[in-house]
Amino acid sequence: MKLSREEVLHIALLARVGLAEAEGEKLGEQLSNILENFEVLQPVDTSDVPPTTQSIIRHNVMRDDEVTPSLSQDEVLANAPQKEENFFRVRAVLEQ
Amino acid sequence: MKYEAVIGLEVHTQLRTRSKMYCRCSTDYVNAPPNTHVCPVCLGMPGVLPVINKQAVEYTMMAALALNCTIAEYTKFDRKNYSYPDLMKGYQISQYDTPIGRSGRLTIQVDGQEKKVGITRVHLEEDVAKLVHRTAVGESCSLVDVNRSGVPLMEIVGEPDLHFPEEARQYLMKLHSILQYLDVSTASMEDGSFRCDANVSIRPEGSSELLAKVEVKNMNSFRAVFRALEYEVKRQTRAIETGEKVVQETRGWVEENGETVSQRSKEFAHDYRYFPEPDLLPLNITRTWVAETGAKLPELPEARRDRFVTEYGLSLYDANLLTSSKEMADYFENLCQDNKTILAKTVSNWLLGTVSAILNTNNIDMSEFADQVSTERVAELLLTESQGVVSTATAKSILEEMYKTGKSSSEIIAVQGLTQISDTGELEKIAAQVIQANVPAVADYKAGKAQSLTFLVGQVMRVTHGRANPRVVTEVLKKKLEEEGEE
Repeated sequence: MKLSREEVLHIALLARVGLAEAEGEKLGEQLSNILENFEVLQPVDTSDVPPTTQSIIRHNVMRDDEVTPSLSQDEVLANAPQKEENFFRVRAVLEQ
Repeated sequence: MKYEAVIGLEVHTQLRTRSKMYCRCSTDYVNAPPNTHVCPVCLGMPGVLPVINKQAVEYTMMAALALNCTIAEYTKFDRKNYSYPDLMKGYQISQYDTPIGRSGRLTIQVDGQEKKVGITRVHLEEDVAKLVHRTAVGESCSLVDVNRSGVPLMEIVGEPDLHFPEEARQYLMKLHSILQYLDVSTASMEDGSFRCDANVSIRPEGSSELLAKVEVKNMNSFRAVFRALEYEVKRQTRAIETGEKVVQETRGWVEENGETVSQRSKEFAHDYRYFPEPDLLPLNITRTWVAETGAKLPELPEARRDRFVTEYGLSLYDANLLTSSKEMADYFENLCQDNKTILAKTVSNWLLGTVSAILNTNNIDMSEFADQVSTERVAELLLTESQGVVSTATAKSILEEMYKTGKSSSEIIAVQGLTQISDTGELEKIAAQVIQANVPAVADYKAGKAQSLTFLVGQVMRVTHGRANPRVVTEVLKKKLEEEGEE
């Protein structure tokens, strides 16, 4: 399956990846190759297999509503590229 | 041509669990310092494993059952992908095609008419981080507090069955009341734990044509929802009548200006790329589990309203008003318990009249009033009033004073000397003064104008600051006026 240029740019936008013109070309080819590899699975007859969203046959894994301690504020913010007054600081966003 | 509005509401409400939806951080973030209820799961660190909070699933089932939904036998969680700084993971764990509840309904009353409004779905997801927008000189930034991120959030999507802003307001109030009764959510519009978005479009009356749909956000009170919808319906109708097009867009309600404004952010078609959440396993909701959860449902507003009519002999109208707030209904029942000699109807009148007025004037809710004034104390006041110790007018101002000062009625009566004056001798003196001071009214009365007597009674009440017993005053005045006529 060959991805169009528009599809590649759209995927890049969704992933917030900036692409130079040449990169778009190259990555488009690589993505198309990956998809083609998966196409090998297409001929397999799955008409007898019910669809599933999980490969593990377990369900109803839940926990009780109990609180345990969180990280310290310093630990939470330890990896923040920018911080201010104990908040993560990010570029201004307008309300959606 | 006449147009009609088509309105559908989406409500997001936080669930009242102790811990978050997928981790064990506390949900009690309202007064917490920023970023103190946060763990690696909240932050979306590599290698973390979220686990479903069972209580949140049960609360959602309770709400879905109360809204007459069908509960899914199989349900799973899905990733909704989008990039925004309020999402640490880059996706929200939500439910896409297998909501816990679907195809329900909610009954509302508008102008004495019952109307059933469809519930499309009830599903479970997580709240997002809070953004604080800062504008400094030269540059602006956003600050992120992750405490709220991961708090269980229930989404209730209603069918576009609503045609008037008032119907939307009633729907929202009813939904809010049911959640209050279920006690599954704090459901406060003020602090943002109960949020509402509306989809509004208009179409020629009677047609099934669908014109562009506008999403309205940022409505922070029931009144704001009503006003925003009223504004939006007018705006769209005017646009169509003047040959403009209604653009499909998101608009925000601006309370101060009483208008909606376009929030034209870089609008590109939403592409959330939902896929099943690989970190969480699906749920099989057995019918036994549904039955057990259903057995936990408390008496809901409609059932309680009907019981108030049969058990206390209230009118359907009053019973409806009393039971729409769980706290008000609880207060009513406790008060009736405390004071079996006072008629339920009298208690109801006090709550819907004077107490409701106190709530409105002070902009408080019933629980705040109840904290300040116990039912025992109100019962004591009502007893004092029924025995004629204080007049009704005085009792009303005493209740206001009780709320303001936290004192009991007997303390207030003793300190301010508010005991009702029923002593004929004392009232005769005051009546004489009033007759002297109001010659024209006296003349009118004698000329046959009966209302003048009411005026004169009012004057005596004024002089006595409402303490006079109106029945005795009327008798005394009549007698005096007749005596005068004979002279």
